[in-house]
Amino acid sequence: MALTTVQLDDLRTHALAQMTPGRSGLAMRIVVGYATCGIAAGAKAVIESLRKELAVLGIDDVAVEETGCIGMCQYEPLVEVFAPDQPKITYVQMNAEKTARMVHSHVANGKVVAEYTIGAATGEAAQGEVLPLDSTAFYKKQQRVALRNCGVIDPERIEQYIARDGYQALKKALTELQPADVIQILKDSGLRGRGGGGFPTGLKWSFTAANAADQKYVVCNADEGDPGAFMDRSVLEGDPHAVVEAMTICGYATGASEGYVYVRAEYPIAVKHLETAIEQATALGLLGDDIFGSGFGFRLHIRLGAGAFVCGEETALMTSIEGKRGEPRPRPPYPAVKGLFGKPTTENNVETFANIPQIILHGARNFAATGTEKSKGTKVFALGGKITNTGLVEIPMGTTLREIIEDIGGGIPGGKKFKAAQTGGPSGGCIPESMIDTPIDYDNLTAIGSMMGSGGLIVMDEDNCMVDIARFFLDFTVDESCGKCSPCRIGTKRMMEILDKITAGKAVMEDLDKLEELAYHIKENSLCGLGQSAPNPVLATLRAFRDEYVAHVRDKRCPAGVCKALLNYYVIADKCRGCTACARACPVGAIRGKVKEVHDIDTDKCIKCGACMATCRFGAIEKR
Amino acid sequence: MLKKVSKLPFQGTECQAQAFADVIAQYKSDPSQLMTVMQKAQQIYGYLPFEVQAMIADGMDVPLEKVYGVSTFYAQFALSPAGKHSISVCLGTACYVKGAQAILDRITELLGIGPGECTEDGLFSLDACRCIGACGLAPVMMIGEKVYGNLVPEQVEGILAAYRDQ
Ligand SMILES: Cc1cc2nc3c(=O)[nH]c(=O)nc-3n(C[C@H](O)[C@H](O)[C@H](O)COP(=O)(O)O)c2cc1C
Ligand code: FES
Repeated sequence: MALTTVQLDDLRTHALAQMTPGRSGLAMRIVVGYATCGIAAGAKAVIESLRKELAVLGIDDVAVEETGCIGMCQYEPLVEVFAPDQPKITYVQMNAEKTARMVHSHVANGKVVAEYTIGAATGEAAQGEVLPLDSTAFYKKQQRVALRNCGVIDPERIEQYIARDGYQALKKALTELQPADVIQILKDSGLRGRGGGGFPTGLKWSFTAANAADQKYVVCNADEGDPGAFMDRSVLEGDPHAVVEAMTICGYATGASEGYVYVRAEYPIAVKHLETAIEQATALGLLGDDIFGSGFGFRLHIRLGAGAFVCGEETALMTSIEGKRGEPRPRPPYPAVKGLFGKPTTENNVETFANIPQIILHGARNFAATGTEKSKGTKVFALGGKITNTGLVEIPMGTTLREIIEDIGGGIPGGKKFKAAQTGGPSGGCIPESMIDTPIDYDNLTAIGSMMGSGGLIVMDEDNCMVDIARFFLDFTVDESCGKCSPCRIGTKRMMEILDKITAGKAVMEDLDKLEELAYHIKENSLCGLGQSAPNPVLATLRAFRDEYVAHVRDKRCPAGVCKALLNYYVIADKCRGCTACARACPVGAIRGKVKEVHDIDTDKCIKCGACMATCRFGAIEKR
Repeated sequence: MLKKVSKLPFQGTECQAQAFADVIAQYKSDPSQLMTVMQKAQQIYGYLPFEVQAMIADGMDVPLEKVYGVSTFYAQFALSPAGKHSISVCLGTACYVKGAQAILDRITELLGIGPGECTEDGLFSLDACRCIGACGLAPVMMIGEKVYGNLVPEQVEGILAAYRDQ
């Protein structure tokens, strides 16, 4: 069956009624966050308990649905209750017992269990009061465009996507706009690639459109290689149809009839939801031949990555789709000329695509109203590390790092001091405290020596050693370097050896200069973006935290107390009760001391295993 | 990427051979599906020993050298079998800054194996992975399909013991 435009609108009306409590015989709608994070935190038990308790009470006019990531990973499992004429209620950190109580109180008797709601968990609501999620500090400053459906719809049901204006943008493009108009709208919107580079999307599409060929392709980059980032996963898990719709629009605008989504194999739920979405769209004729009777046809395929960071680079990604070792190749020729299978190809990131239906539907002006002069719209960040609220946040471009960390993120736990935020993953850099008030956009972040990246934002506090962090990222690139070009393959390894010397306390001051020289050499001479950006974490930390490097090299000291080789364990005399537990735990007999007397550690014998510290019940052992 | 190659003799079952033949039949005509075939073969056999790689090369009509090239390029392809319980410690950035290395070190200390290795009794294999998407629970590890979050090194021994007793 191929849907007509009229049928799409009918379906929207009908589906909207189906998911609105108070209509179509639905008393309430309860959704459970059922993305990777929710499942990991125990959402399965919650949903089972919901179904069981409703059945026990004989309630059958309440819908229980699974949805994508609501964004507050910290507070999973999350349950949201929608009832007629009421703001939605957000329950957090649920388990089977709490759920049972909630069903009996809230669903059956209309009494909200305030102590389980978000406001109580964050401490923002007074006792017994309920705070709507939108009013919490975590949500207030966010604006959801790419994530608008995540945590709202059931991603495995196309009608819910359609109810929220899904496929209306495709309808508009195919029935009202010429391909050139679509591209013009994107150019006017100022949308830039969300995969890291920030290249203007409309311009990219216009390059492919300009090349005549018997076959062209659209490729979606869902390889999400930055370790510690999961924006694209959440979009695919929570709103896969947005990507399907946008890729189809891209096919229309650039003259491509086939598309490929390259997804990490480590994202099984994303893959499953995407497969379902493609099946459903095909069944309704929203993919396939002659969509909406326009004569335009489009097909989508999925290919799974297999764990190679370099395959996130566009040329390597295309080589990998062709079934080969995912090695990058020199550009030009650019993919717009010679891409997948040697044909003109447009390649965009998941989040870039997720913005597009909204832009087509509401216009370029509407989109460009948010953001800074050269960076329009919003950006999704995966907030993690030493921060109170970890999760997914979507903020208007131009928000400052301070707002993200202090307001949205709720600050650093344990009263610790903020040290730096890392963006851009292994290709990026860090933002030290002195730059915390910089408005976040592509150009500002580049100017302060970091980069937007794909959206990983890791917060570090005083307990993190910046040399160790630089070493961590370099270890990653050494491992992931594909080996094709020597500056990257050999150079990163040599840098790693110098960092090893530094963290082992065996380096001399000249090593720092050597490290820097090598870094610039690798940046200038590598074949692809991986090598060209691999030294960034080292250069950024050298610039902002040179004193920490110097402390390691000259004073043989790790100020944060992380680098094992530079640490010694000591007994704090005031706290030691002489219980002998540590001496018994020490595998090498390095601890001396009699019962009821203060103990002492022989640092020459000590192998720094930390067993004494783990054993001591009085906190009498310290590392410094 | 350097990979550990298993020296254990390979033994496939009739049932596995049938499943493998079906995969080949489905994808044979499209050489760009080589990776898909290798992924499915790994699902069937658990890993990709040389014998299976040779069967893939035969079935897809590509040189064995090409199959080997792909298998060593991507982290996902395993050249040695996994233990009965495969442990995967996340060393993504979010987990790392929250102390994932100490978790990994503790496991290594307890089991006497490093990442990419399997215990002699075949009970546990250990791997380090990059972000499983549960950063909100960092540091995280997976044993089989089960995710353990908010870990501290002291918990590791107890968690592993539960698997030993199974
Ligand atoms: C080493 C390397 C890794 C990359 N990894 C990713 C990735 O995981 N996801 C992504 O979307 N782009 C990644 N990119 C950027 C892509 O090459 C490409 O620029 C981007 O996907 C284009 O889409 P956009 O214009 O929509 O951002 C990577 C680039 C390099 C050099
Ligand atoms: S970094 Fe470990 S789950 Fe994301």
